[in-house]
Amino acid sequence: MDTTRRLLLRSAASAGLIATAVAAGLLKPGRVLADWNSAAFSAAKAADALAAIGASGATPSPDIVVKAPDIAENGAVVPVEVVTTLPDVESIAILGEKNPFPLVALYTLSDFDGFLSTRIKMGQTANVRAVVKAGGKLYTATKEVKVTVGGCGG
Amino acid sequence: MAIAMRIRAGNGDIRVLMTHPSENGLRKDAKSGQLIPAHFVRNMSVSVNGKIVLDGQLGGGISKDPYHSFKVRGMKTGDKVVVTAEDNTGDKGSIETSAS
Repeated sequence: MDTTRRLLLRSAASAGLIATAVAAGLLKPGRVLADWNSAAFSAAKAADALAAIGASGATPSPDIVVKAPDIAENGAVVPVEVVTTLPDVESIAILGEKNPFPLVALYTLSDFDGFLSTRIKMGQTANVRAVVKAGGKLYTATKEVKVTVGGCGG
Repeated sequence: MAIAMRIRAGNGDIRVLMTHPSENGLRKDAKSGQLIPAHFVRNMSVSVNGKIVLDGQLGGGISKDPYHSFKVRGMKTGDKVVVTAEDNTGDKGSIETSAS
C-alpha cells in the first residue's frame, strides 16, 4: 500500500516536470508574431539555427532555386534570390551556412508569388541555403558562393 | 533616429530599400580596434490594404542598406502598401505608397 502511494507520488512529480518542460518549450521566443528569435539568430551553427526556428529536416526540392553569384568579390553584399514554384508558401528562411551567425533572415509570407530577393553578407565561401515552408512541409535548396573578401568582420 | 526607407510597388512586385548601417556587432573599428556595437534592422513588416504579406525577422547578416524585393499575388493598382521596420536599438521607420 505504502509502496503504491510512493510510486503514485513519484509519477505525479515527473508528470508535473514534463508539463513544465512542455510549457517552457511552447513559450520559446519566435513563436510570437513580430517577435525576434534571438536563439535562432545567435546560433553559431546552421543546424542549430534551423532547429530554433522549427525548420530542421527539410527535404531538398527542385522546385526551389537559390540564385546568387558563383563568385562574390565582396562578401559584404551578396545578392540572393529565392525563386519557387511551390504553392502555399508560408515562410522562407535564408542562411549563410558558414557565417558567424548563419541565420540571416526569416520571412513569414502570405499571398506570396514565388519570388523574394535580398542582399546578404557572407564571411567565407559557403552554401547559401533557403528553407521554404509550403503547405505545412519544409523544403530546401542551396547555392554555393565563393567569397574572395569576407563581409562579416572579425 | 527614424529608419529612412524608399519603396516601389506595382505589377505584383514590392521593393523596399532602407538606409541602415546593419552592423552585426562582430566588426572592428579600423582605427581604434574596438568592436562596433551591433546595430541592425530586426523586424520588417509589409502590408497590402492592411493585410500583412511579409513579416520578416532579420539578422546582422543582412547587408548594409537592407534591400528587399518580392512578389505578391493579387496586388492591384491603387492598393495601399505600408512598410514598417524596427532595429535592435528601438529605432523605427515606416513608409507607405499606392501600388502603381
